[in-house]
Amino acid sequence: MDVEVLEGIFDANEKIARENASLLLAHGVLAVNLMASPGAGKTSLIAGTLERLEGRLRAGVIEGDIASSVDAEKIKAYGVPVVQINTGGACHLDAVMIRQALDHLDLVSLDLLIIENVGNLVCPAEFKLGESMRAMILSVAEGHDKPLKYPLMFSESDVLVVNKTDLIGLGDFDMEELRGTVKRMNPDMVIFEVSCRTGDGLDAWVDWLAEKAVEYGGRAGKA
Amino acid sequence: MHELGVTESIAAICLKHAQRNNARRIIKVNVKLGELAGIVDHYVSFYWDMVTRDTIAQGAELNFIKVPVVAYCKECEERFAVEEFDLTCPRCGRAETELVSGREFMVESIEIE
Repeated sequence: MDVEVLEGIFDANEKIARENASLLLAHGVLAVNLMASPGAGKTSLIAGTLERLEGRLRAGVIEGDIASSVDAEKIKAYGVPVVQINTGGACHLDAVMIRQALDHLDLVSLDLLIIENVGNLVCPAEFKLGESMRAMILSVAEGHDKPLKYPLMFSESDVLVVNKTDLIGLGDFDMEELRGTVKRMNPDMVIFEVSCRTGDGLDAWVDWLAEKAVEYGGRAGKA
Repeated sequence: MHELGVTESIAAICLKHAQRNNARRIIKVNVKLGELAGIVDHYVSFYWDMVTRDTIAQGAELNFIKVPVVAYCKECEERFAVEEFDLTCPRCGRAETELVSGREFMVESIEIE
């Protein structure tokens, strides 16, 4: 006997992701799922962002890592609420982990939630968290050919932050080629060029993010 | 990378539906898999035997129905097969396109007895 099933294999995760999304929306919190490979600059970008958002928006951070709380400790120094998730080996965050982390945050007092995913260009793209927006970082050191090697990450993200632009010229990284490839794969992707080390380009990214948070219901200038 | 967890989800879905239909055994499982879903069927098959051991799905054939990546151009209304992840419309050359298929990953049906 044939039985029609028609059940998505990620359905259980997606159901919880939708609940997370409603909860965040109800509180007017813009949630950014930040993904990148290890060492691309996720924590540095978060630090640079928090520094520039001070007094403008009330931000919180969820730190996802396989182990350790090294990043969470760094972020705590910026005086924002931080929840650490240790996945204990899993290569990505999922909706249940976010659901549990949200219980430790006072959403009423937040406009923006940055979720630092596990460092990996493959798996994080496959799991919805209930985020409002997906942002990814590609660092110049990784090379401009990455969109073709990790297509899902590039086609699923709304924003691409190209970090470590201060290294351009030291290798054969080609920004125009990267932009061309990204445009063909994901025509709507917004691209920022930054250097978290020198601070170049960070203001443009932060202004854009703050604007999105306000559109989403956050309260600019009421930190 | 996480194909083990994915395989466990497939097994759980199949066993739930088999139980609802009072199945004695699951013979075949049809899984729809988009080319852009990022899942390697080979590894899922590898874990399948392990995950279903000592269940009524043990020995069931895992059949993948591959779904090609297809996009639609909003400008000239052309539907086209996407190659090399290039979403540019082959007819008008614009990039105002959207994905029609290729991200599917679902248990479509099971064959039971």
